[in-house]
Amino acid sequence: MSNPYAKLPAWADYGLIPLINLIVAFIVAGLVVLLVGENPFRAAVILVEGAFGSGTGLAYTLYYATNFIFTGLAVAVAFHGGLFNIGGEGQAYIAGLGVGVVCLAFDHVLPWWLTFPIAILGAAAVGALWALIPAYLQAKRGSHIVITTIMFNFIAASAMVYMLVDVLKPRGSMAPQTRQFVEGAQLPKLGWFLSEFGLTVRPSAPLNLSFLLALLMAFFVWLLIWRTRLGYEIRTMGFSPKAARYAGISETRIIIVTMLISGALAGMMALNPIMGDQHNVSLDFVSGAGFVGIAVALMGRSHPAGIVPAAILFGMLYQGGAELAFEMPNISRDMIVIIQGLVILFAGALEHMFRPWVQAAFASLSPRTVGVAQPKGERA
Amino acid sequence: MAEAAIELIGIDKSFGTVRANRDINLVIERGTIRGIVGENGAGKSTLMSILYGFYQADSGEIKVGGKPVSIKTPNDAIALGIGMVHQHFMLVQNFTVIENIILGAEDEALLKRSIANARSELERLEREYGLEVDPDAVIEELPVGLQQRVEILKALYRGAEILILDEPTGVLTPAEADHLFRILKQLKDQGKTIVLITHKLREIMAITDTVSVMRQGTVVATRETAKTTVEELAELMVGRRVLLRVEKGEAKPGEVKLAVDNLTVRDSRGVTMVDDVSFDVRGGEIVGIAGVAGNGQSELIEAISGIRKAVSGTVLLDGKPIEVTGQADPGELRDRGLAHVPEDRHYVGLVLAFEENENSILGYHDKTEYLKGPFLDIDAIRADAKQKIEKFDIRPANDRLKTANFSGGNQQKIVLARELEQNPGVLVVGQPTRGVDVGAIEFIHKQLIAMRDRGKAVLLVSVELDEIRSLSDRILVMFDGRIVGERGPDATEGELGLLMAGVERQEAAE
Amino acid sequence: MEFVDALINILNSTIRVSVPLLLACLAGLYSERAGVFDIGLEGKMLAGAFAAGAAAAVFGSAWIGLIMAVFVSVGLALVHGFASITHRGNQIVSGVAINFIAAGSTIILGQAWFQQGGRTPSLPAEDRFGAIVLPFADALRDVPIIGQLYSGLLSGHTLLAYLAFLAVPFTWWVLFRTRFGLRLRAVGENPAAVDTAGISVSWLRYRAVICTGVLTGLAGCYMALSQNAGFVKDMTAGRGYIALAALIFAKWKPVPAMFACLLFGFLDALSIRLQGRPLAVFEWLPVVVAVLVLAGLMTIARWKPLRSIIAAVLVGIAAAWLVSVFYGGLTAAFQNSVLGAPIRVPVQLMQALPYILTVILLAGFIGKAIPPRAGGVPYVKER
Repeated sequence: MSNPYAKLPAWADYGLIPLINLIVAFIVAGLVVLLVGENPFRAAVILVEGAFGSGTGLAYTLYYATNFIFTGLAVAVAFHGGLFNIGGEGQAYIAGLGVGVVCLAFDHVLPWWLTFPIAILGAAAVGALWALIPAYLQAKRGSHIVITTIMFNFIAASAMVYMLVDVLKPRGSMAPQTRQFVEGAQLPKLGWFLSEFGLTVRPSAPLNLSFLLALLMAFFVWLLIWRTRLGYEIRTMGFSPKAARYAGISETRIIIVTMLISGALAGMMALNPIMGDQHNVSLDFVSGAGFVGIAVALMGRSHPAGIVPAAILFGMLYQGGAELAFEMPNISRDMIVIIQGLVILFAGALEHMFRPWVQAAFASLSPRTVGVAQPKGERA
Repeated sequence: MAEAAIELIGIDKSFGTVRANRDINLVIERGTIRGIVGENGAGKSTLMSILYGFYQADSGEIKVGGKPVSIKTPNDAIALGIGMVHQHFMLVQNFTVIENIILGAEDEALLKRSIANARSELERLEREYGLEVDPDAVIEELPVGLQQRVEILKALYRGAEILILDEPTGVLTPAEADHLFRILKQLKDQGKTIVLITHKLREIMAITDTVSVMRQGTVVATRETAKTTVEELAELMVGRRVLLRVEKGEAKPGEVKLAVDNLTVRDSRGVTMVDDVSFDVRGGEIVGIAGVAGNGQSELIEAISGIRKAVSGTVLLDGKPIEVTGQADPGELRDRGLAHVPEDRHYVGLVLAFEENENSILGYHDKTEYLKGPFLDIDAIRADAKQKIEKFDIRPANDRLKTANFSGGNQQKIVLARELEQNPGVLVVGQPTRGVDVGAIEFIHKQLIAMRDRGKAVLLVSVELDEIRSLSDRILVMFDGRIVGERGPDATEGELGLLMAGVERQEAAE
Repeated sequence: MEFVDALINILNSTIRVSVPLLLACLAGLYSERAGVFDIGLEGKMLAGAFAAGAAAAVFGSAWIGLIMAVFVSVGLALVHGFASITHRGNQIVSGVAINFIAAGSTIILGQAWFQQGGRTPSLPAEDRFGAIVLPFADALRDVPIIGQLYSGLLSGHTLLAYLAFLAVPFTWWVLFRTRFGLRLRAVGENPAAVDTAGISVSWLRYRAVICTGVLTGLAGCYMALSQNAGFVKDMTAGRGYIALAALIFAKWKPVPAMFACLLFGFLDALSIRLQGRPLAVFEWLPVVVAVLVLAGLMTIARWKPLRSIIAAVLVGIAAAWLVSVFYGGLTAAFQNSVLGAPIRVPVQLMQALPYILTVILLAGFIGKAIPPRAGGVPYVKER
């Protein structure tokens, strides 16, 4: 009998197998490109050039990546606690309200560097609150968190439509969005930084200070998960609830705290488009970033060092995808949605599909590197 | 001699490096009740699973009714007239009795006629064997005894001539068990062949015609029940193993550290596992709890260490109560000096995905010496882990290695090092040497003795009788959730074996 | 009489919007009853709708559209099965993946093949499923209440709509009266029992997943070829998730599932109507009654499936008659009083109501939704 969890060298476990999964996902995506009558290799070249070929392209890539770092971290933190937070989309969307209210209140009064920290708090608090209810229901009443967070995505969407159409829309305006913020709620762009390296960046390119906040959060998440007592408890719970019980860790507390952090991270995503680019709160500003977070977290193996590059990869797909749509009329940006789905499928649901083959390959190369697996449990 | 219903010839079966069955030869005669006894892990269940088509033997031959057969799936077994009553019932809880009975044995694509046929067949079985059960009752609303009857009916409905029962009385009350035995005798009288797997010797003596004893994957003896004694069987079951003598001096029991009073614990199904148990453990002594697995020892230590809620009773730690019936917090108990080495180190005592040093603080991760504010003090934790690795000779001596990659013995040393180095006043240990190599066993035993000699109270639960005998200063025997006897360290194996098999208690009751 | 027309109008659109919900909900029922959770209903519906629209446009036949819808949807269902049954992957992750693959590929392929911004070409009536007029519908149109209900509400739907409602008793029959249904329910509760009875757990679950594929295909086909004249991008717009909510709400039972879908469909139809004109206080009365009746029927249907359907018809007729008799008087009496004042309820609240109700149910405040015991857990043979 083949044991799906037999040991492999760490580099194969964390590097080779995810890479194989990713390559397969892209090969299948290439087949879709072929199906619509375009050349997948040319498409790949256009994609990469569009994303990294120019300063402006790079700025857009990193702008999109900012969103995905936040949502990817949100999903990852929950994963570490053994929870599947599928509600990043809704948490980010409703957190737009927190950001919006802060900006509308202070943009005439305070400079951006004072509005920003308050807005961060607003975004995190509202996002966390939106995650709190499903967390509470899971911890106390056993309601399946996957289903409740999905439901909360839809409830958030309805609530935001109501708020933007009926409450926050300025009088006389037709568009369902808040008024434009003035400088007090506009984050500085970071295009100049890329210019320092001799790249030309259009001033309208949306890369902004939130990117640094995202990197900071990636660092914080690493710190939290691997360097704090709370992170230790979260990981214990995620790996083995029984061991957590043994160690005196309260399941209720961990579920709620983990989801609060996860929701806060998802909520912070709202800062990037709202304060960094659009300078208003508009309908559907999240546009799927919450879901991309699932793919990013799965691909990055829930580690910030994997999530940041995975987010940049998806940023590249978004930005390059826009260029691609321009060059190849048969391909639109929705190509990314397919790739995202394929990555989730191969890196997530089918992550062990290629493992037996890799193991067989290793076993035939050098039998000693593949240890004999311990039988799971020693019950007779 | 009657003709053979089943012949097993040279059956071998390994799981990885573990040889669960080796060269088993067994002949079971038609129309008899055969008992198969043995300790946990002796290979009884594996053998029966091979017979029922769950596993395939690595080598060997099976003959049913004299003809060589190949049993690859339960379907093959059913077709050969072999039925099995599993230890954990294979019933769909929210189905009715009749639905469960026809599942997989329906006559046709529509249920109507199948159900009608099953109903009349059930009536016949009821008449013939006195197996009464309401066909329209929902399984989850039936008591376990009746659920088991449904399992038997399932097998008979499929035309079983050979019926295997795996630990059938484990979940039954004595009255229910007696009823079961009457049914089995009746089935025998009708010409059915019955194989009864159990570790309870009283049952063997009460009902079987012949009995085979298994130990460490082999059949060590087969006896006619009428010509053997409980003592002989107990001895065969346990075997005369080389006793690992542990050097230890006289115990100097001090004050009572742990006092358990009238403790009652139920499992998740509501079955009473610990029934009104009282005892205490003094400083400077090791109290061993002997017993066959599943007689309530696990639940007992889980309740004492705050992992499982008790129904009633009190536990005093150093004279102060533990909230065993309420929200006892294992973390708080650690602070109060109660350390716990759990029976299941893979899923409870360790997080296998963690690095060694991370596991060396599990449960103590909130101690200030491992923390800098909210942060883990990684340097301190690793230095501490390295020190424990050296002291307990944990190999490989790499505190960054994933815990899953250590051997069983070294994993157990990681747990022990963690719990002992906190210098607790009371140590609760479950199965300290299960799956541990010989070298590590000796080391672990020495550590436990050293704890005792430092005046600590040690409560030891083990299914290894040798271990209990060589370590304990007092031995309590648990059977069926109760403490059925207390003996000194010089008690003989036979004496303890009888207590463990519940013989003495039954005789006393009768 | 104007009010009766309005009522029949709303109920009629309730039925129309309920059909895809119902098909998807029953689809999920087969899979989840067998222990395979499926949050990919949305994606399979969408892919089915696209396949239906595309094939009908290319081949000029609704029937070929239907076949393709089922074919594509079953294909995606098998991907889900491959990941979650054969490879024992995470069922949630697999479902999410399928939703994205479907959302992306329908747009990309649609644009590449038809160049209409992700739509498929608009179909002429003969390439779609036309309305079926029941016998005597025209003749009975003027008979008060019963005739109106018959010709205005029951008659005039497409084949797939009738099929969807017939699928309810059919599913009930399959589940509780056939060998396949017995085994399907068993494998969702205790796969080990099925395994020891000598039945293949995998093959049984694959068959359940295929049933799911067929029904989501029909749901998609209805949207593209009955409700609309072709595929429009993202046309399922979360209906797969509402169906999932309805399934939970109905506690995984077919007849309650129908009432749950009708309830959610009613809320949807109502929210569309509310965008036109807010209802007055007294006009909310029948709305509240309707919601309560549907919820009540759902509860009764858990115990007495067939009787509750009959009860539903009778209650509907009686209610319509009562309302029409009293309505004229009510309007006159209340028009200028407080009760005649319009209440503005945000449309968004109505739209979010199915989700809110489901969360409340999941929280255990209105009964407990206990999913099939083995749901979401891959079966690993263990002894």
